[in-house]
Amino acid sequence: MSGTESIAFDTPQRERRADNFAMWVFIGSEAMLFGAIFLVFLVAHIDFGPAFAAASKHLSLPLGTFNTAVLITSSFTMALAHRFTLQRRWHATVWALAATSALGVCFLVVKGIEYGKEISEGLAPVLDLPFRYAGPDPVHAQLFFGLYFAMTSLHALHLIGGIVVIAGMIALWRRCSPANRLRRVVAVGLYWHFVDVIWVFMFPVLYLINR
Amino acid sequence: MSNAAMQGTYLGEGSGLRAWLLTTDHKRVAWLYLVSLTAFFFLGGAMAVLMRIELATPAGDLVSDDVYNRLFSLHGIIMVWFFLVPSIPATMGNFLLPLMIGARDLAFPRLNLASWYVFIFGSLFALFAVAAGGVDTGWTFYTPLSTLYANGFVSTAAFGVFIVGFSTIMTGINFIVSVHTLRAPGLTWFRLPIFVWTLYATSLVMVLATPVLAASLILIVLERVFGIGIFNPDLGGDPLLFQHLFWFYSHPAVYIMILPGMGVVSEVLPCFSRRPLFGYKAVAMSSMAIAVFGFLVWGHHMFVSGQSAYAGVVFSFLSFCVAIPSAIKVFNWSLTLRKGEISFETPMLYALFFLALFTFGGLAGLFLAALAVDVHVHDTYFVIAHFHYIMVGGMVTAYMAGLHFWWPKLTGRMYSEIAGRIAATVTFVGFNLTFFPQYVLGFDGMPRRYHTYPPEFQFWNVLSSGGAVVLAIGYLMPLFYLGWSLFRGARAPDNPWNATGLEWQTSSPPPPHNFETMPIVTRPAYAYDMKGLEHERFSPHREEAAR
Repeated sequence: MSGTESIAFDTPQRERRADNFAMWVFIGSEAMLFGAIFLVFLVAHIDFGPAFAAASKHLSLPLGTFNTAVLITSSFTMALAHRFTLQRRWHATVWALAATSALGVCFLVVKGIEYGKEISEGLAPVLDLPFRYAGPDPVHAQLFFGLYFAMTSLHALHLIGGIVVIAGMIALWRRCSPANRLRRVVAVGLYWHFVDVIWVFMFPVLYLINR
Repeated sequence: MSNAAMQGTYLGEGSGLRAWLLTTDHKRVAWLYLVSLTAFFFLGGAMAVLMRIELATPAGDLVSDDVYNRLFSLHGIIMVWFFLVPSIPATMGNFLLPLMIGARDLAFPRLNLASWYVFIFGSLFALFAVAAGGVDTGWTFYTPLSTLYANGFVSTAAFGVFIVGFSTIMTGINFIVSVHTLRAPGLTWFRLPIFVWTLYATSLVMVLATPVLAASLILIVLERVFGIGIFNPDLGGDPLLFQHLFWFYSHPAVYIMILPGMGVVSEVLPCFSRRPLFGYKAVAMSSMAIAVFGFLVWGHHMFVSGQSAYAGVVFSFLSFCVAIPSAIKVFNWSLTLRKGEISFETPMLYALFFLALFTFGGLAGLFLAALAVDVHVHDTYFVIAHFHYIMVGGMVTAYMAGLHFWWPKLTGRMYSEIAGRIAATVTFVGFNLTFFPQYVLGFDGMPRRYHTYPPEFQFWNVLSSGGAVVLAIGYLMPLFYLGWSLFRGARAPDNPWNATGLEWQTSSPPPPHNFETMPIVTRPAYAYDMKGLEHERFSPHREEAAR
């Protein structure tokens, strides 16, 4: 039982396989969560296409594009971290992980700026904030912005979760055996890429559709 | 319980509160769940008894309509999410899955303990909602009632259910990974006990359906707290969308609630008829088929919601399809009994009652899957009777069967066989007396969820209320004789029922890491016809004589 974290496993190799598999099952579960929300959005989009297309133009395409680039870069640094772990270049791994979480924070800051801009323009139909939408069919535009805030904030929550886990991993890095380091980087990496992929779907659906 | 005989077993590993609350032993986590779920079962049951007392007379004389609404809502919320969904998986599944596959523990022991804490955290929200004044939306949280009009603690209760969902997903992931990676040498997929197959199918549904419930509950909380009107027609939303999302989870959840019960019965019936399970592969595969079909039939809850007639026809057809794997199971169980040496110990009685009640409830399901009949009986007591036959007559009966069957393994003690048989019979009589009249009431047109009714319905309602009292006695009895057995019961041998299965090859109760030597499997499951299993059964008298 030496070298395994759970007493159930005989060898670290088997435990790592189980870890990896568990992460995929978890991602399957998460995909159903986002799948349901995407479904809600797409049903509404089929019903109120023109209103949604018009409302979509009020989102900031430059900021959205910038954020997409930021997240894809973070996926790249995450992949680097995985590679460095396999090569046992621990110092480089920590730097790659730090860069990944820093890019995650950057995404959140830009998202926050975007939210602030939308709230000041009166495009946030939440918490009884004033809703001053000038385009056609404001009722359904309101639904669009409601969904926009629901979807992007759910994604942001997942990103915050990823950043917290990476930060914790860096903090406990010294106490972690090499085998466990690899297991954790692989697990967090899978999760991080998944959150990125969600954004890769969210960006065109919210910002680009019918533009 | 911490006496000399428990030394070297998992029960002897420290008896303080700390040793229990910080354990990562799957057997102890199972006990944590067992205790908390029992509390919820009786809390939800007490609400049902109050409702039945109210319904003994046509007038609304015991509770006001508002209180009645809260009673049936909380009864449903507590029974579905805080008892039925975790019931068999989190207790017996937790305890037995590693034993049955020959593992030392589940793949992620700490995740397992964490799932219990998440469950308790979520249940605090639900209990707060109860204490603070309740919820009056029904367990289904239908919009726009739940988002615009309901004045109870909807957000609190919904948030509690949302959190408990995480606990369900954690258990599901743990089970799936354990079955894939921790099976003992020689234990191929088609040598797994059916109980493991059903837990596997259940876990798949848990992992893939629960997040959809989470999404719909998030959207409800967003609407109530933040004013995002996704289900509010005034704001461009669609209230029916909630029903689609909700039933996309909640219909598969029905199979979360029944599949593990089917697994328990598949263990008990072969053991007490000394026959291998008939059609093993068909039973295993039908569990998977039920899990898959379960995702495709949610629309049959919405036949009168105004969905298109074509959708109705398709959902009706698919609902009929679910009957096929269910019937495969019932026929195979029945054929297992054929030419068997049947004996009627308590677990067997419960299992046979399951067979009867599940079949009866399932047949009523065919009525409801038929479009025209459903329009007639929709939202009447016919539906109530149907799903109580499956959920209570099926699942709770199977839960009791499993609890009695594995009680010697859980505790190392035997219970009073006489008391067990009486309780099983009282439950069966009480159950039928409670719920059969509701079929009649529903067919005659009594709608669900009202606290008053026209006087001509009183005869059947009085029968049903009387039955509820009998049923309550049937459920309270095990609390006493099993509680007594926990401290005073006769010592159980390792394999009191002379059953197959790895869990019976270790001691009762098992050692902390389950097996002294890790097992190697050389036989198919249910090898009751193979030589080497002596046809002897535990009898308390023989044990006494031997001492």
